[in-house]
Amino acid sequence: MKPIHSDFLAGARAVLPILLGVVPFAMITGVAAVGVGLSPLDSFGMSVIVFAGASQLAVLQLMKIGSPWIIMVLTAWIINLRFIMYSAVLAPAMQKLPTGRKSLLAYMLSDQAFGVSVSYFTTHPEVDRNWFYFGTALTIWVTWQISAIAGSLLGTLIPTSWGLDFAFPLSFMALMFAALTDHPTVVAAIAGGLTAVLGKPLPNNIGLVLATLVGIGSGLLAENMLPVNRQGRAQ
Amino acid sequence: MNAVALWGLFVLIGLGTFLQRLSFIFLTGKIRMPGWLQRALRFVPASVLAALVFPALTHPTGTLDLSFGNFRLLAGLAGALVAWRTRNVLLTLLAGMLVLWALQAVF
Repeated sequence: MKPIHSDFLAGARAVLPILLGVVPFAMITGVAAVGVGLSPLDSFGMSVIVFAGASQLAVLQLMKIGSPWIIMVLTAWIINLRFIMYSAVLAPAMQKLPTGRKSLLAYMLSDQAFGVSVSYFTTHPEVDRNWFYFGTALTIWVTWQISAIAGSLLGTLIPTSWGLDFAFPLSFMALMFAALTDHPTVVAAIAGGLTAVLGKPLPNNIGLVLATLVGIGSGLLAENMLPVNRQGRAQ
Repeated sequence: MNAVALWGLFVLIGLGTFLQRLSFIFLTGKIRMPGWLQRALRFVPASVLAALVFPALTHPTGTLDLSFGNFRLLAGLAGALVAWRTRNVLLTLLAGMLVLWALQAVF
């Protein structure tokens, strides 16, 4: 029996290449927060309490144009719906953990921790999933917070002409392609993406909500219309 | 926005997000997830991520721009090609940023 923490270290190591995408993304959230008039302390508070960069950026954009608070809350929750799906995938391995541990691991859940962990699990079935995931999640959390603080303190020094905010759609693009596992998911992405483009002029980020619903609906429709690709599912 | 309203907003968003993260980690084994929900949830990441990425490329300054003068769209397509072939976040970032900077430098 190997010492349990070796899988924690394996998780921390596996996530290192991803950090090069996490650092600029986190810095951008700090830069954006200061940009709409928040103090570095407010920015840090948001970063720790919410810890979900895409939704933080969306909320900051809405704050800039003076949207009502309910719109900001709903937008953030819609963007973060994907965590429910991640939660469902990670859940089976965590069933025996006490509620406190579950809460800690859930709080640290991120796209990157999920992505790295799940792809590692498929090639390393013998790994202690919870320790490995904890290694990825904690490493990302610490890196995220430090980078976000740095962003909020240095933010104004980085010229906007560098276009570092472009790292945000780019890193999400890589995550999106990782989520395209079969034809119906591709259909969901294309339908959701096009709806978001067409719905962009709508007020209060309604386009994003519509796009998510259209994407899910199109994926389900595609799945029902494509009879193949059901291998491995008994029922 | 005063400090109380601001931090109240953070807590509201953070609490909802935490409950979303905790949802199945907490509930699995306690309740059964309906089949339709499981099937629908499968499409959430692709839908949400695409809904965030597409407009960031087509609306770089808030309005629709499908011209060759939209460097972010061109750089994004380069990033998409790399993301599709490699599924690698780092390479996607490098390709997209380098193409963007190259276009900005040349034109």
